[in-house]
Amino acid sequence: MQVHKYDVVIVGAGGAGMRAAIESGQRAHTAVLTKLYPTRSHTGAAQGGMCAALANVEEDNWEWHTFDTVKGGDYLVDQDAAEVMAKEAIDAVLDLEKMGLPFNRTPEGKIDQRRFGGHTRDHGKAAVRRACYAADRTGHMILQTLYQNCVKHNVEFYNEYYVLDLLTVDEEVTREDGTTYMQKKTAGVVSYDLANGEIHVFQAKSVVFATGGLGKIFKTTSNAHTLTADGMALAYRAGIPLEDMEFVQFHPTGLAGLGILLSEAARGEGAILRNSEGERFMERYAPTIKDLAPRDIVARSMANEVREGRGAGPNKDYVLLDLTHLEPAHIDAKLPDITEFARTYLGVEPYTEPVPVFPTCHYAMGGVPTNVKAEVLQDNDTVVPGLFAAGEVACVSVHGSNRLGTNSLLDINVFGKRAGIAAAEYAATAEFVDIPENPTAFTENQLNAMRASTGGERTATLRTELQETMDANMQVFRSEETIKEALAVIADLRKRYKNVQIQDKGKRFNLDLLEAVELGFLLDMAEVMTVAALHRKESRGGHYREDYPERDDENFMLHSMMYLDPESSTDGTTGIRADTKPVVFTRYEPMERKY
Amino acid sequence: MSTPTKEAAEPASKIDMKESGGGGEIPSFDVTLQVRRYDPEFSDDARWDEWTITMYGTDRVLDALHKVKWEIDGSLTFRRSCAHGVCGSDAMRINGRNRLACKVLLKDLDTSKPIMVEPIKGLPVEKDLIVDMEPFFQSYREIMPFMVNNSPAPTGERIQSPEERERFDDTTKCILCAACTSSCPVFWTDGQYFGPAAIVNAHRFIFDSRDDAGDMRLEVLNDKEGVWRCRTIFNCTDACPRGIEVTKAIQEVKRAVLTRSM
Repeated sequence: MQVHKYDVVIVGAGGAGMRAAIESGQRAHTAVLTKLYPTRSHTGAAQGGMCAALANVEEDNWEWHTFDTVKGGDYLVDQDAAEVMAKEAIDAVLDLEKMGLPFNRTPEGKIDQRRFGGHTRDHGKAAVRRACYAADRTGHMILQTLYQNCVKHNVEFYNEYYVLDLLTVDEEVTREDGTTYMQKKTAGVVSYDLANGEIHVFQAKSVVFATGGLGKIFKTTSNAHTLTADGMALAYRAGIPLEDMEFVQFHPTGLAGLGILLSEAARGEGAILRNSEGERFMERYAPTIKDLAPRDIVARSMANEVREGRGAGPNKDYVLLDLTHLEPAHIDAKLPDITEFARTYLGVEPYTEPVPVFPTCHYAMGGVPTNVKAEVLQDNDTVVPGLFAAGEVACVSVHGSNRLGTNSLLDINVFGKRAGIAAAEYAATAEFVDIPENPTAFTENQLNAMRASTGGERTATLRTELQETMDANMQVFRSEETIKEALAVIADLRKRYKNVQIQDKGKRFNLDLLEAVELGFLLDMAEVMTVAALHRKESRGGHYREDYPERDDENFMLHSMMYLDPESSTDGTTGIRADTKPVVFTRYEPMERKY
Repeated sequence: MSTPTKEAAEPASKIDMKESGGGGEIPSFDVTLQVRRYDPEFSDDARWDEWTITMYGTDRVLDALHKVKWEIDGSLTFRRSCAHGVCGSDAMRINGRNRLACKVLLKDLDTSKPIMVEPIKGLPVEKDLIVDMEPFFQSYREIMPFMVNNSPAPTGERIQSPEERERFDDTTKCILCAACTSSCPVFWTDGQYFGPAAIVNAHRFIFDSRDDAGDMRLEVLNDKEGVWRCRTIFNCTDACPRGIEVTKAIQEVKRAVLTRSM
């Protein structure tokens, strides 16, 4: 066991992790632990843009952006956080430009902007051009630019180091009224070096989780193979609650059958959705902004068209994204990558043929609860000193029950920067917390048990069964029946998981072993998500219950908070305690969500 | 790119649909996959393993590797992440050509013969298809792959015309997969050569109107291991999964060395 000591350890090197590292690295002794080479992170797959009310091409302001974010999230957004994000969006874009990001330009040489779903002028009057972009590879350019600046600032990376445990210690604290509670404190993390299988302990005053999302819980997903809910699961196992986990975004336009993302920028540039009858069906579901309605609405509308028999294709199981009325030169200039995806993977020529599309699991709105300083909370309001989270792993909550397109690239930049600064500032005055005894015992026991297992179950088989049940039961339409079906399958898979047997017994680059570990994260988080969905007996944003089709503000205008609790046994969901947290309102009263 | 945004005509609410999209069942077929295996923990020698598996018309080489890893031999080892050609993890030699495994459809290969998969060349093999990427990133870091601008920052953005932005558009597409560098015969024989990817990333900044360090990068690349080692073989251009005109970019850097700093 090797022990390292840093002021700040950042876990994950996507957009949020590297944005944090650029700030923290200039202020404190910082290490970034990442299971991938930084430029492999999935931020690079984001396409369409990053919204900020620069007003470079038409009138706009951050208050409109805040409103759209709150309304887009079906009012489950914490409005103070949304305001911070929309205000700081402008500097976040300008920071990136100054770091070198090659945004597309207006004829005057300013950053160009385009339309995106749910982003409107003056509280919903019409679509507004707010998304700053670099062709349809904005995420790629953000990831590259942040990595370039990490190189510039000599950020210290530990590449292909998997973090497998979060080390915290509990201390009894007495409140002013004499009652006591257990305060968590951050001691560091346990990490596994993929190259040789060695275990490293990183003691740190501050730990920043920036590990991304959980898309691989589902079969059809735009997410990378490596998005396996690691950070959420590690925090949860360490006793930190998870917020709003029932809310998953299904992006409307995944390539049918494959899930590969076709950016909403296609619709921002004028593409429209049609059913098998050639009808532009979004005119019926969102008469004002039509195809540029928020993603949850478009995804549900598409699934409904298919359900009612108007799906296209031989099995009538997808709808069509029509770009054929757009000029080929315009498509080439603004959407080169995604049209190539259609050609490469489906053999469809977007100039002349509509592209088969269907909703694909894209983004987790929920995650590790934080405040606007990116500090992690151990309950509704108690900060865990020294623990921070930013990006998809976190829930601030700026996305509520449905994230608007481009707000994730914004989130990682605004809250990544905040996390990096806060982590370094905390480390400047804090003391190291002593590493608990036998810090690697949990990790080593887990890995050794997997290496020794002769149980005969295959990781891939269990993972496929999980993904298939989640696609069938937990996608855009849910009900008590489907949720309970998913829970039963997950319970069975969790039992079988104990018998997972790996074939690679070596120490070098043992991805067979790590995939088995990742499956454990997926199973834990699938269960939390499903339990949270069972408790939310209403429909809001990305969570649609056919048995409760209306939004119910009276009973459910609340964040869900799920705790790991072996003592808990309610409603057939043993081991998970469900609680709630109030939503923060500042200026917007909930209204019916119409577009 | 960067044409002024113009209003497209509103598309029709309803159109007549031709019967579209595919022809029912996705065809399946058998492929034989031969993979070069190496794990120094267990043997100093590399070997070829072969599997015959049933795959489908939409499957890529990466899907075939996954099928083997997930269903037959869990020790088969390769890097991958996004699986659609943007993260750059899975560059490998497929039938002798550098490709991303997630971008090569099996049906586009000659499946009557075995599909040969090897690690990319010129970088030390760690295990099976995984190579040590550190020398590759070392060269990348040496060309100063970040914007240097010595003038005081404006409050807003720095102004750049669409034409200035277009000048280096092609080389911003690089995903650092190393397919180009590890396809270059000069790099195979001389690992000190910076290689195409580092030069591409230098190009991205040298031709960015906002950058002030072009001359320093040109000086680095005027080194004996720099651009002059390029023999315009065009392997790099053929290998690039992002369609970057790599050889052209190298030629432009060569020309800049001659005209700008000398």
